[in-house]
Amino acid sequence: MSHESQAAAPSLKVVPPRPSTLETPPLVKGDVSLKKLDDDIIRPLESFPTRRWWAAISVTGTLAGFFLFCFAWTIAKGIGTWGNNNPVGWGWAITNFVFWIGIGHAGTLISAILFLLRQKWRTGIARFAEAMTVFAVICALQFPLIHTGRPWLAWYWLLPLPNSNGIWPNFRSPLLWDVFAVSTYGLVSVMFWYTGLLPDLATVRDRAKHGLRKVFYGILSLGWTGSNRSWSHYEKAYLLFAGLSTPLVLSVHSVVSFDFAVAVIPGWHTTVFPPYFVAGAIFSGFAMVATLIVVLRKFFHLEHVVTEDHLDVMNRITIATSLMVGYAYMIEFFIAWYSGMAYERYVFLNRALGPYAWAYWTMFSCNVIFPQLLWIRKVRRTVALLYPIVILVNVGMWFERFVIVVTSLHRDFLPSAWDYFSPTWVDVGLFVGSIGLFLTLVLLFCRFLPTVSVAETKAVLPGSQPTGHGGAQDGGAHV
Amino acid sequence: MSDSVNVVGMAGLFDDADALLRAADLVRREGYSKWDCHTPYPVHGLDDAMGIRPSPIPYVCLTAGFVGVGVALAMQGWMSAVDYPVRIGGKPLFSWPAFVPITFELFVLFAALATMGAVLFFCKLLRWHSPLHDSDIMQEVTSDRFCIVLEAKDSLFTQDRARALLERAGCGDIRMLFEEEEEEGGIL
Repeated sequence: MSHESQAAAPSLKVVPPRPSTLETPPLVKGDVSLKKLDDDIIRPLESFPTRRWWAAISVTGTLAGFFLFCFAWTIAKGIGTWGNNNPVGWGWAITNFVFWIGIGHAGTLISAILFLLRQKWRTGIARFAEAMTVFAVICALQFPLIHTGRPWLAWYWLLPLPNSNGIWPNFRSPLLWDVFAVSTYGLVSVMFWYTGLLPDLATVRDRAKHGLRKVFYGILSLGWTGSNRSWSHYEKAYLLFAGLSTPLVLSVHSVVSFDFAVAVIPGWHTTVFPPYFVAGAIFSGFAMVATLIVVLRKFFHLEHVVTEDHLDVMNRITIATSLMVGYAYMIEFFIAWYSGMAYERYVFLNRALGPYAWAYWTMFSCNVIFPQLLWIRKVRRTVALLYPIVILVNVGMWFERFVIVVTSLHRDFLPSAWDYFSPTWVDVGLFVGSIGLFLTLVLLFCRFLPTVSVAETKAVLPGSQPTGHGGAQDGGAHV
Repeated sequence: MSDSVNVVGMAGLFDDADALLRAADLVRREGYSKWDCHTPYPVHGLDDAMGIRPSPIPYVCLTAGFVGVGVALAMQGWMSAVDYPVRIGGKPLFSWPAFVPITFELFVLFAALATMGAVLFFCKLLRWHSPLHDSDIMQEVTSDRFCIVLEAKDSLFTQDRARALLERAGCGDIRMLFEEEEEEGGIL
């Protein structure tokens, strides 16, 4: 029957064969069937955790516990337990906040922006990067929350909620913009992530043998049936989430940069901050994705799903953003000189040559000099070579925020107020603890949720889509 | 309702997307309205083959976004200029340029929440049980097979005609869907 309609059709619609030179290499290496893909990606969820996993989570869990301890310590004793002093009113807390928010941005870039740009290679790493976004935002939110001193009352200070004082927050303050930007970002990231997870949760549910597992994933998957009417809505919604997240992610780090740029402090008051921060965020985020996914693909045997090609492309983005960040570092010096303003010039000279020169040059070499090695193809594709570089980028980007925050503050307008910032054990504990919290969440994610989008990867497997000789060719409905 | 087991539909399973697409085209031409395809991943061209109209979710999203803009401007304006007017930096009380960031964020927030709600509504989620869930078909269509479900509620549906149609579509694996308990609503 269908063969007859096919025979009549070709004269109406001729699908030109794709030239073989434009044939893109498959995104998943080797001969992978749909079923095999399920097995490869979901199997780690279905076995009892390995000893390595327990070892890892006991370390990260201890650090996360230490984070809670330092959190409680700060609340009980006050912010005086931190190294913040009179000119340096913002210390590690804000540094960590900006650091974590920045980490999150690569996740959104991969899941949303690359989706809109039809970069199919993102499929292998998008889920993981999105999860990383959510966890990074959770870590980031802790710091302003602690900084409020009494987080259980922070709702009233941060959000415009009716209160007995009859006052409202100041909507002209970038700090309030930040509250809205970051909380919107957190919520939208969670929704985007969860929407993407639905079909995979249904797959996990339907593979489940154990009753409890069936119930757990059954509830989480919200009753997804893979119906095409659902897919049609789902794909549209996914596209919309991507479309909403794209300007959102740019706005979030711009708003974060306004926290500094709107102030009149030399070193902060610059118009280059929004694009500079966004580039830095993507830079640090890609480094963090690479840092984690290299380990993940090794331990979960996903080398054929997250291939060297993925690492290669990610490293290209890393080097591109490294150049943008490097440009920003240098143009800041030029503008400081060009402004003709003594304070502005002094801040930048002090940054590069003053008491924090060690921090500045750590930042500069980690973010601008070492990443230049990524120009070499072999470095981009070899784990042992690229790994030290992405680790250094993580370090460098933390130092970038530290340099911006502390060097701009520690030498105030009056030399009598000058001071040097040194962190206390609580500062260190909170930062190291937040890394523990982040990694704990990542480890739990690897155990409980599919780390690669199964449905999306299936859709790009060779031969998974109709070849165009199906029934739809003779018109379909075209509504 | 002869006994406790009722036939609520018929499912035909296929091994590849091409076969499904041809079959879907055939079912659409036959004039069925209460039917659906179930696939492990979105299959290109299936919407056309099934004759599905474009999703209305973009309109929901856009409308909610504009509601967000309205809410944001009204909230900031009322709080800053009416209920608690504080002159800051010599700016007007309704200093709208300063309200732009939050207005944008609330556009995105409202639009995203509405989109999520629309997904739950239009994809008929939050329904954990149906004859399809209770069957063994789900295990295959969330993994590597493709299926067409014809609902018994369709006016064209009789068991013989449905079976004949699926066979004509080249389906070699036809299964009945039963309702074992009294449940409201259909299966799709």
